[in-house]
Amino acid sequence: MDKVQKPELICPAGTPASLRTAVDGGADAIYCGFVGSTNARNFPGLNFSLDEMAKSVLYAHDRGAKLLCAINSFPTAGRTDIWKKAIDDAISIGVDAVIIADIGMADYMSKKHPNARIHLSVQAGASSAESINFYCERFDIKRVVLPRILTVGEIKKVHDAIDCEIEAFIFGNIGMMAEGRCSLTNYVTGKSTNMDGVCSPANFVHYEEDIDNNLTTRLGEFAIDCIACGQSAGYPTICKGRYNADHRDAYYAFEEPISLNLTHLLPDLIKAGVSALKIEGRQRSKSYIRSVVSSFRNAIDGYARGETPDISDLLALTEGHKQTEGAFKSKIWR
Amino acid sequence: MKSNSHFSNASFGKQKANKNKANSLKNLLPPLPLFVLQPLLNHIVSSVAKKHPELFDRLGDNANKVFLIDPSDLPLFLVLQPNPLNPTLKAYNQNEIIEHDTYICGTFATLMQMIDAQSDSDALFFNREIRVSGDSEAMVALRNALDDMEGSLAKDVAKSFGPLSKPVLLAMQKFSKGSGKENG
Repeated sequence: MDKVQKPELICPAGTPASLRTAVDGGADAIYCGFVGSTNARNFPGLNFSLDEMAKSVLYAHDRGAKLLCAINSFPTAGRTDIWKKAIDDAISIGVDAVIIADIGMADYMSKKHPNARIHLSVQAGASSAESINFYCERFDIKRVVLPRILTVGEIKKVHDAIDCEIEAFIFGNIGMMAEGRCSLTNYVTGKSTNMDGVCSPANFVHYEEDIDNNLTTRLGEFAIDCIACGQSAGYPTICKGRYNADHRDAYYAFEEPISLNLTHLLPDLIKAGVSALKIEGRQRSKSYIRSVVSSFRNAIDGYARGETPDISDLLALTEGHKQTEGAFKSKIWR
Repeated sequence: MKSNSHFSNASFGKQKANKNKANSLKNLLPPLPLFVLQPLLNHIVSSVAKKHPELFDRLGDNANKVFLIDPSDLPLFLVLQPNPLNPTLKAYNQNEIIEHDTYICGTFATLMQMIDAQSDSDALFFNREIRVSGDSEAMVALRNALDDMEGSLAKDVAKSFGPLSKPVLLAMQKFSKGSGKENG
C-alpha cells in the first residue's frame, strides 16, 4: 500500500449514538439516513431526525470525519416532494455528500445544489463504465458505490474507464440480487425494499420456537427457514431462506445466511483503485459498529505499514456465523 | 394485538430450559420475594425514563406494547411497558401467565450485555443466545431505542443510588458475571 493513497473507511450509523461510536472508533466518514422512506434502511426506531442529523454533522466535523446522508430509495409517483425536501434538508445542515439512487433525484440535486457532492448509491445498480459515466456526465457525481457483483479485476477495469471515485463494500450483509431491483419482499408483503426502504419489514416477521428449540422464521404467510436447535440463524430475508426445490429439499436456493468479509482482499481492492471502503450495517448495534470499525481501522492502517493484521474475531458478528469473499473473489462462490 | 399465544412458546422454552438444566441455579433458587425487588425495578425504570426521554420518540407507537422479558437463569419474568406517561417494569413469578406483545429470552448476563451495548443483538440472535417471538416490529424498535442510549444503563442505575452507587454497581456486575458462567 506504500505508493497508493490510503482509502477512506466508510461506516454505518442507524442512530446518533452509533454515529458517535463510529467517529470515535476511527471512521473517516459515516453514512446515515433520515427517519422515513427516503433511505434504504427504514426500520422501526432507526434513523435520524433533522435535528439529530444536524448535531451529528457537527460532531463528525469537529473530529475530522465526514457525514454522508443516504437518500437512496426510489420516490413513488406523486411523492417526490418528500425526497426533494430530504435533499434540501441535508444540504442545509452541511452534510459532506448525499448518496442518491434515483435518477430523478440526481437530476434535482445537480440542478438545485450544483456545488454539493453526489455519491451514486449501490441501489442505483450502476456496475458498468458506460452507466457510471452517464451519471458522471449528466449529474456530476463524484463517487459510485459499486454493486457487490464485480470481481476485483473487474473493479480495476471499471476504475480505469470512469471519471469518479469508487466506493466498495468490504464487510456485512450480502445478497445475491441485482441491487436496487430486488422485489422479493414486495412479492410477499406488498412493501417495497426499494421504494419503502425496507427489506423484510419487521411487522411481517415472526419467529416461532418449538419445545425442542427448533426455530421457524416466517415472513408474512411464508415459512422461509427452519433452524434446528443449536444451529446458527440468519436474517429473516427471503434471499437467505431455505426452500424445497426439484433437486433438493431445504435448499438455500438464492444464498445461505452469510456475511461479506474482504479483509484479505483489502490490498487488492486498494491497488484496483478503490477510494473508499464501506462497512454495511446501519441496522446493527453500537457494539457491532465499535468492533467492526476499530478492526478495519487497524487493518487499513496495518496494511499501510506493511503488516498483515488479524481480524478473525469479526466472525462472531457474521450472519449464520459464516463469511465469504463473494463475487469479489470469484463469480462462482457458491 | 396482545395475546397469550406467544406465551405458549415462551412457556415451552422455559420448561425445556429447566428440563435441560436440572441442576441449574434457577431450579435451586427459591421463588424471589418480588415485593422486595419491585421498588428497585420502579427506581430503574423511572431513572432511565428521566435520563433518556428521547427513548420514547424512537419507540413511537410501540411504546404502548407489552414486552415480556425472560431471564432464563432467574425464577421470574420481567414485564416492561414503556408508555411515556407511565413507564413500568414489573416482576412476576415464572409460573404466572402474562398477556404480552413481544417475548425475549436470554440469560440475565446476556440481556444486560445487550442492553448495555456490550454485545450485538443480531449476533446474539444468530448464535441463538437470545430467543424472540411475538411482535417483531416492537422488538426492533425497543432494541434500536435502547441502543441509542449513551453510556451504560447499569452505571446509570447504580449512580441513581447516590452514596450506594459503587456497591450497587459491583453487585450488578458480579451478578451478571455469575449469571453468564452459570449458563455459559
